[in-house]
Amino acid sequence: MSSSVNTALENAQTEVSTPEPPKNQPVRKAKRASGVVGLLLQNRKAAVGAFIVVFYVLVAVLGPYLVPYDPTQIVGRRHTPPSWEHWFGTDGSGKDVLSQTVVGARSSLATGFIVGSIVTVVGILIGMTAGYMRGRVDDFLSTLINIVLIIPGLPLLIVLAAFLPAGFWSIIFVLSVTGWAWGSRVLRSQTMSLREKDFVASAVTVGEGKLRIMLREILPNMMSIVVAGFFGAVNYAIGAQAGLEFLGLGNPSNVSWGNNLYWAQNNSAMLVGAWWTLIPSGLSIALVAFGFSMINYAIDEVTNPRLRSQRQTASILKKQPAKVRRSRATPVLMEGNGD
Amino acid sequence: MSEQRDLVLDIKNLTKHFPMGGMRDTRKVHAVEDVTFALPRTEIVTLVGESGSGKSTTARLISRLIEPTSGEVIYNGKDVLKTQPGGASLEYRGDIQMVFQDPFGSLNPAHTIGYHIERPLLIHKKVSGRKALKDRVHELLDTVGLGPADETAAKFPYELSGGQRQRVGFARALSVEPKVILADEPVSMLDVSIRVGVLNLMKRLAEDSGLSFLYITHDIASARYISDHTNVMYAGRMVEGAPSDTLVHEPAHPYTRLLLSAVPNPHAGLRTQETQARGEIPSLIDPPPGCPFAARCPHVMDVCRQIMPGAVTIAPHHWVRCHLYGDGGESPLPNAANSVG
Amino acid sequence: MVISMSTDVKRGITAVPDNFIPLIEIDNLQVEYLAGRGSVRAVDGVSFSIGKGEVVGLAGESGSGKSTIAQAIMRILQPPAIITGGQVLIGGRDVLQMTDRELRKFRWDEVSMVFQSAMNSLNPVATIGDQIIDAVMAHRKINEHQAREQAKEMLQIVGIESDRIDSYPHQLSGGMRQRAVIAIALALQPPLMIMDEPTTALDVVVQREILAKITELREKFGFSILFITHDMSLLVEISNRIAIMYGGEIVEMAPSRELFENPLHPYTQGLMASFPALTGPRKQLEGIPGSPPDLISPPSGCRFHPRCPHRFGPCDSVHPPLIEVRPNHFVACHLHTTSEGSAQ
Repeated sequence: MSSSVNTALENAQTEVSTPEPPKNQPVRKAKRASGVVGLLLQNRKAAVGAFIVVFYVLVAVLGPYLVPYDPTQIVGRRHTPPSWEHWFGTDGSGKDVLSQTVVGARSSLATGFIVGSIVTVVGILIGMTAGYMRGRVDDFLSTLINIVLIIPGLPLLIVLAAFLPAGFWSIIFVLSVTGWAWGSRVLRSQTMSLREKDFVASAVTVGEGKLRIMLREILPNMMSIVVAGFFGAVNYAIGAQAGLEFLGLGNPSNVSWGNNLYWAQNNSAMLVGAWWTLIPSGLSIALVAFGFSMINYAIDEVTNPRLRSQRQTASILKKQPAKVRRSRATPVLMEGNGD
Repeated sequence: MSEQRDLVLDIKNLTKHFPMGGMRDTRKVHAVEDVTFALPRTEIVTLVGESGSGKSTTARLISRLIEPTSGEVIYNGKDVLKTQPGGASLEYRGDIQMVFQDPFGSLNPAHTIGYHIERPLLIHKKVSGRKALKDRVHELLDTVGLGPADETAAKFPYELSGGQRQRVGFARALSVEPKVILADEPVSMLDVSIRVGVLNLMKRLAEDSGLSFLYITHDIASARYISDHTNVMYAGRMVEGAPSDTLVHEPAHPYTRLLLSAVPNPHAGLRTQETQARGEIPSLIDPPPGCPFAARCPHVMDVCRQIMPGAVTIAPHHWVRCHLYGDGGESPLPNAANSVG
Repeated sequence: MVISMSTDVKRGITAVPDNFIPLIEIDNLQVEYLAGRGSVRAVDGVSFSIGKGEVVGLAGESGSGKSTIAQAIMRILQPPAIITGGQVLIGGRDVLQMTDRELRKFRWDEVSMVFQSAMNSLNPVATIGDQIIDAVMAHRKINEHQAREQAKEMLQIVGIESDRIDSYPHQLSGGMRQRAVIAIALALQPPLMIMDEPTTALDVVVQREILAKITELREKFGFSILFITHDMSLLVEISNRIAIMYGGEIVEMAPSRELFENPLHPYTQGLMASFPALTGPRKQLEGIPGSPPDLISPPSGCRFHPRCPHRFGPCDSVHPPLIEVRPNHFVACHLHTTSEGSAQ
């Protein structure tokens, strides 16, 4: 009777979906938590994103030992286009662009991961405390979160960066101070809704302490948000660091993607047509951002069963007559259609 | 309400007003108002009422998940609100346990069944050593009929059905060897065929383990099935209390009678039944004086809209809050006993 | 089983009407949910019909497929659910073959639906009057004034004062909103209404009022109802015939009095014995041990056999067919497939 469906299923054997969506949503969460890594491995978006990110992490870790030249040394003539000697050409002062790009990955990714970690931890601490404690603690912390959110980010970044001594850690400090609030707000509201769940009340009645309830009962149930928030923050930090350095607010002697672009701009790369000094660092920033975004989309897809089953069903319906596909009603699949 | 009984819980004038929340809004939701009842040791006592009647809030007040506005919660002769003003002590938490309505929401999806039962054992230091811990978890799972225990302990909540999850809820509550279990609609979200199993489990525990239960439900038939005494709540107030059988057969309060007449009951045959009252539960925001049922009551009198009636005892262990029974004498409604089937 | 029979059958709910004219026929309906571990057959070969003016009750536990049937008839099930077989015939046409355009007319014009959560599905920013008017004007060629008059009439019929026509949903209580939903469902006077747990979210007193209203309206307008609920006692009161579902199949179907007084399938018997009685002697109930079947790998033979107290020889290997063991009383159980078999 339904062999058509079964064959279609075999062809589309990609992911698991829940049979009859349960009435109360937290039901399948545990399975998702334990199976998330497995599902991510099967997800094409996650694979692409992870490939890009892992590639750049390897570049950042190993690159400096492999590069042909010291990125801070003048090793050739100014603005020479890509050649066998200098694969990505040289910049306005005669430094090797390939070496600069590879070495720059370290500073950019390090900033990203350090700021991402700080922002995530601060976000969890402040957001969960506000959401769980409520009352006056929440009033105070929410006000703080809102103030940081309301202050226009870029001007604050620039003002802070201008006052602090230029350097790697200053930028990390500035980005962390301005970056934690959004995650805090999301986690606060999530905590507020989770703390109303009966399993929290149940933990209170058996005598669990507040801290343990927050960390062991509530936090595991919002890991997908935390992880997505972390990747988002990493992305933000890499972009913002590049932006600040491009504006000349970093330490210009430090080799990073943002500084590479700053020097390219300073040396009028665009005017003299030296596109090769801009593309490698610019594209790297874009690619890393793309990679992290893909991972985040994949997390969303994997942790949201509706998105998952939609894709699965779509792939089965694609093999059906056009009439069925276009219908908004329940699809009817029968052998010989109309038995 | 006799005094010589051995009461494990004695609730007096329990009241909870929730503020409306707004900065200037001084209005209050009178969720629970002047609730008084007793839970004798090893008995099952029911609070029955519709949604919004305050029955679940009452349970949460007793378990001190929320703090009452006023009143007394006398446990083993001591008012715990006075002796533990800062919140429930660990000892009280161990003695008073709660089972929740939603079997899907009351277990943490991130933890195994074993974890759920181990935690209270560790917190209350009921066992020492890994081996003893594991054995006790298995023993508890067997008690509630969730064998084979080592398999169940390793499972996550989503792998169990609703009925099984509710049994985990009971195993968890039992793990700390409590004296009282507050069961808040423990079967209302379960499938019909497994409800009886959970109710029977409660009955068995009350008989064998010396536990006392406060059973909270909207289903008056199940109240009669498992409990000795039933109290009826309406709009945050307790309006009638009686031995469960008496309540069903000789309901006194007009609201109790309305509730009984509305229950589908094929055992009584198909009958045309006019529900006597219309309208719905009144707003609990700063309610007017008088009986909260006055607006719907078919027997309403002038006095009902002005003065809240006091509790009147009309038979042994049977009391009612209604002006119709003002003198504590006979019911002016001779057909009271016949109103149901 | 002691049954206090009442002679008061004033509502006129009797067994299958003598003048049984089928309104809708569901034949061998199959619905699957696509899942990675293999598809789940949520509805597996279900056949029944609803007569004109008849109330058919569909009872079963969660996951038995009862709501899936209703949504499949309306063709409003969303993927991953897929209908994989059968027919739904109404007026000689098969709903499963209809195009989107035909379905639009079919829904509300011929069949309307009231869900459990329907009262929360009203549009919060439109008045209830406008929502009825919209439904009427989308299907009937009448002007707005006429539609408004009709909306007022519909509200009155379901017991809402007609001056509440300009109320927004949040201004009405839960019971009132559910009445408004029924008014919308009634507005086009379809010959069939599907009600999926229409009163489960309401309190007993409100539930009683709404059921009385539904019964009254049905008598007045003569439409048919497919009434879906897990509450057997309620079904026995309201319906003419009841079908009991278990694991995606109908295991027993009979006129409601007959089913209540003489349930033949062990599952039905178990269900009947699961309700504490409000009156009569207090007796120990047993319920049904075990849990509902996993439909991804359903039990072999009879799907109920792992929980059945009467299982014997063929139960775990042979799937029992639904057969008529008495007039209008169908059961799918091996105890009744052999001529001398008896359930008691």
